[in-house]
Amino acid sequence: MSSAATATPPPAPAGAPLSKKVLVADHPTWCPGCGDFAVLASFYRVLEKLNYPHEKIVTFAGIGCSSRFPYFVNTHGGHFIHGRALPFAAGISLGNDDLHVFVFGGDGDGFSIGGNHLVHTARKNVNLTYVIMDNSVYGLTKKQTSPTSPVGFKSKTDPWGAFDQPVNPMRTLLNSGATFVARSHATQVNHMTDLMLRAAKHDGFSVVEILSECVEFYDGAFDGANPRKGGVWTMIEEKKNDGTPEDANRHDVTDEVAAFKLAQQAWPGSFGVFYENKTRLTKNKLEANLIAKTRERTKNASDLQLLQATFAKLR
Amino acid sequence: MVSPNTPETPGGAKSASGAPRSINDVVIRLAGNSQDGIQAVGGFLARLAGRSDQDVMTYMTIPATISGGPSIFQVRMGNGEILSAGDRADMLVAFYQHSYESHIGSLRPGGVLLYDSDHVTPKADDNRFTNVACPMTSATVEAVGGTAKDKGKNIFILGLLARVFDLDVQKLAALIKERFGGKSEDIVRNAMLAFDAGYAWPQNNLRDLFFRFEAVDRAANASGRPQVTLDGNTALAYGLLAGGVRHGAGYPITPWSSIMETLRTELPKYGGVFVQCEDEIASISTAIGFSYTGQLAITGSSGPGLSLKMEALGWATMAEMPLIVVNVQRGGPSTGMPTNVEQSDLMQAIYGSHGDTPRVVLAPKNVEDCFYIALEAARIAREYSTPVIILTDQGLSSRIEVFDEPDLAKLMVDPKPDLSPRGTDFKPYPLDRHTRHAPAGAKIETGKYPTVTGLEHDELGHPSGSPVMHQKMTIKRRDKIKALGASLPPPELTGDSGGEVLLVTWGSAWGPGREAIGRVRTAGVKAGHLHLRHLHPMPNGLEETFKRYHRVVVAELNDEGLYGYGQFAMMLRARYANPSIVSITKTDGLTFKVGEIVTGISVHLESKNIDSSFGAAAQSNLAAAR
Repeated sequence: MSSAATATPPPAPAGAPLSKKVLVADHPTWCPGCGDFAVLASFYRVLEKLNYPHEKIVTFAGIGCSSRFPYFVNTHGGHFIHGRALPFAAGISLGNDDLHVFVFGGDGDGFSIGGNHLVHTARKNVNLTYVIMDNSVYGLTKKQTSPTSPVGFKSKTDPWGAFDQPVNPMRTLLNSGATFVARSHATQVNHMTDLMLRAAKHDGFSVVEILSECVEFYDGAFDGANPRKGGVWTMIEEKKNDGTPEDANRHDVTDEVAAFKLAQQAWPGSFGVFYENKTRLTKNKLEANLIAKTRERTKNASDLQLLQATFAKLR
Repeated sequence: MVSPNTPETPGGAKSASGAPRSINDVVIRLAGNSQDGIQAVGGFLARLAGRSDQDVMTYMTIPATISGGPSIFQVRMGNGEILSAGDRADMLVAFYQHSYESHIGSLRPGGVLLYDSDHVTPKADDNRFTNVACPMTSATVEAVGGTAKDKGKNIFILGLLARVFDLDVQKLAALIKERFGGKSEDIVRNAMLAFDAGYAWPQNNLRDLFFRFEAVDRAANASGRPQVTLDGNTALAYGLLAGGVRHGAGYPITPWSSIMETLRTELPKYGGVFVQCEDEIASISTAIGFSYTGQLAITGSSGPGLSLKMEALGWATMAEMPLIVVNVQRGGPSTGMPTNVEQSDLMQAIYGSHGDTPRVVLAPKNVEDCFYIALEAARIAREYSTPVIILTDQGLSSRIEVFDEPDLAKLMVDPKPDLSPRGTDFKPYPLDRHTRHAPAGAKIETGKYPTVTGLEHDELGHPSGSPVMHQKMTIKRRDKIKALGASLPPPELTGDSGGEVLLVTWGSAWGPGREAIGRVRTAGVKAGHLHLRHLHPMPNGLEETFKRYHRVVVAELNDEGLYGYGQFAMMLRARYANPSIVSITKTDGLTFKVGEIVTGISVHLESKNIDSSFGAAAQSNLAAAR
C-alpha cells in the first residue's frame, strides 16, 4: 500500500469536532473520474455535521469497487464478504445500540448476491444506514452485466446487449419495507450530502441509492440525469403542509402509494426522498422492549441466579 | 395374561412367584406414533431416575414428517455408570402392529413384550419372549372417560411400568403435576386417573413380572451435587449461557433448531439477543457482526447449513474473529437423513471453506459434556480470537441423560465486552502476539481506527498484496492454533495403558466405545480406550500412546471412503503415519451398538475372536435376574 496506509494522523484533541482531517484514511484506489470519490467527499461532510463520538462510528462494506469505502474512512470498520454486509451490520447494530452504523456497497452487492438480505434487513427495520453506489455494471471484475444494467447494455457477458429486465431499486426498497428510501446522483454533492445526513438521522433502516458513474466500464451511464451533459435533473418537492395551493402537488413522503408512483417514472425519474416512515419501531427497539419486559418478569435476577433457577427445575 | 410360552432365561434364577426380583439395570423401548406422547413417558422415566440417583440414558427417534409416523423412545436406567442406551431392549412396549413388527427384532430373547391387545396381534409361533397382552387403549378410555378418547395411553403405560419396576409413585406423581400443572386441573386429573389405572393393572394380570432396582449407596454420588436431567441440545445452550454468550443468530434446521429456540427464549432474560435470520449465510454474518462489537456470538446449523456458512467462516478465520459455530450433525450428504445420526462432517469442520483456514473443532462426548464443551469453546474463541466449531450430533441432541448439576457459581463467565480505550501500541493484527480486537465503540488513542477485513492485510488491517506479508500472516493464523494444541491436556485414556488394542473414539461414540472396551478386557484382551474432545488441533503426544498398542482402532459414524478409513482415522494416519491405525465405520444412521464395536475390534485383531455378545449379559441384569 501507499505510505498513507501506515502514516498515523495526529489524534483529534478531546472534545474537538470531527474534521475531514481525522476522518481521512488510505488514499482511495478508485479510477480517476469515478463517481465514488464524490460520495466519499460527501460522507466526510456528513460525519463532520453529525459530529458523533469518533469511536462510535462504524463504516462497513461488502465486496466491489464501492465496497473499498471503509479503507478510506478513518473509523471503526471493515470489509466483509460479497453481498453479506447487511446481516453483518445488523449484528453490529443489535450488538451495541450506541453505535452509528453505515454500510456502503454497490448494485451487485445490494441487488444481486445480497438481494435477499436487503429485503429482510429492510423488513426488520434494523437501525442502520445503507448507501448503495449504483453504477449499473460490475466494475471490479471489469464489465459484466449487473442487476441494474439497462436492457441493451453491452457487457462482456452480454456482448449483444443485455436483455434481462433490470431491478427497479426504488420499487424493490419500498416493497421490502425500508423506512427511509431516497435516491441521489454523485454529481449533485449538496443533494447527496443532505440525503445521507437525513438517512443517518433516521431511526430505522435507511437507504440512499446514489447513481455513481463508472467512467471505465460504463461511461455516461447517468448523463440522462445530469444537466451539464444535457440531461434532466428532477428533484422531488416534498410536501410542506403549509396550506398553499402548490403544496397539493408536492410529494407526501409518508405516502407509500405516491412513492411507488414516483418509482414507476420513466428513466431518469426523480431524485430525493421517496418514502419516510417515522412510526414503525426498529428491531433494535423491539428487542430492547422484549428484554425489558422479560427482565421485569425475572425481577432483574443476576445471570447466575437465572441459570441456577433453570437448573433447579431440571432436578 | 402372561404367555404360556416358557421364555428363555439366560442365567439367573427365578424368584418366588409374586415377589419382586432384584435388578440394577433395564432397557425399555417404547414404540408407537409420534403423537402418542411416548417421549413424555421416556422423559418422566429419565427425570425420575435422575431424582432417584440412578443413571439413565435415552435414545429417541422422531420422524421428520410433520405429524404422525412411527416414533420410539428407548430408556436405559439403572445403578452405576450407564454408557450406552443398550444394544437390545429387555422390554418392548408396542402400541401398534407396525411398532411390534418394526421393533420386535430389538428385543432380546427372554425379554418382555408388552403390547396393546387392542391393536397388536403378535406372531403365534414366536415363543422367544414373555408376551404380555394389555388392552392399553380400552383400559385408558375406561379410566379417563369423557371425550379424551385414548389420550393418556402414555400415562397409563407409565403407571403400569411404575408398578412392574416398583418405581417411586410419589415422585412420579409430582413430576406429572409439574409437567401438566400449568394446564387445566382436568388435564392433571385425567393424567392421574390414567396413571392409577395403569398402576393397578399388573396386580391382577401379571403373576411374576415384578422387579425392584437394587438399593443404591447414596454415597456413590461422590460430588454430592443434585442430579439434573436434560438433553444434549439444551445442555449445550445452557453451557453457552454459562460461558458468557449473550448473542447469536440462526436459521431453523433439524436437529439444530432446538438450540436456537432455547437461546431465543432464554437470552432476553440475560439481556441478550438471538436473531432468526433469513438464511444460513445471514445467520453466520450477523453472529460475526455481534462478535465484532465484543459480544462473543454463536451461530449453528446442521450439515447442509454448515455448507452455506463456509464462505463467511473463511472470513472469520482471515479477520480473526471469535465465533462459536455449532453443527448438530445428521445423516448426509444433502438433505440425507435429517433425523438420524452421523459423524460425517468432521473433514468439513476442519477443512471446509476455502484457502488455508486453520480453526478449532471440538466434540462433546455425552450430554453432560455438551454443557462443558460450550464453555470450553467460549474460552478458546476469546483467548485465540478464532472461530470454534462444536461438532455434536443428532444422537446427543435429543438424548436425555442424568448428570451432576454444574457448579455455576464457579463456572459463570462475565460477558461484558472490553470497550476500554486502546493504547498507542494497539494493532488489530500484530505478528508477534494473538489478535485481540478493539470492538467497535472502543476508543483508539492514536486516533487511527482499525479495519477488520477478509483481504490479506498488514498488522494495522490495511489491505496488503505483499507475498511476504501473506506468508507471515498465514503462519500467524496457523501458529496460534498450534499453540492451543500445545496447551491442551492429554486426552482421557481408560483401560490398559498398553497392549493389543487401543480404541480411539470422538464425539458421541464415547459411551458405546467405553462399554465395548470393558467387554473386550473382560474377554481377556489387553486394551485401552482413548477419547478425544479436541479434534483440531489435537493434543500433542498421541504418538507415544499409540506406540504402546499393537493396533489402534478408530470407531466413528461415517463412511470408510475411497481409501478404507473413516474421517478421523484418516486425520490420525496423516499426522502420525502409523500403519497400525485402522478403522471401524458405519453409516446406518444409528448410534454405535456396543456389540458392533466389539465385533469391529475382533475383526482387526484377527487372531482374537471375541464374541460380540460377550459380557452383554452384564448389560442387562434383568436377564441375569430371571
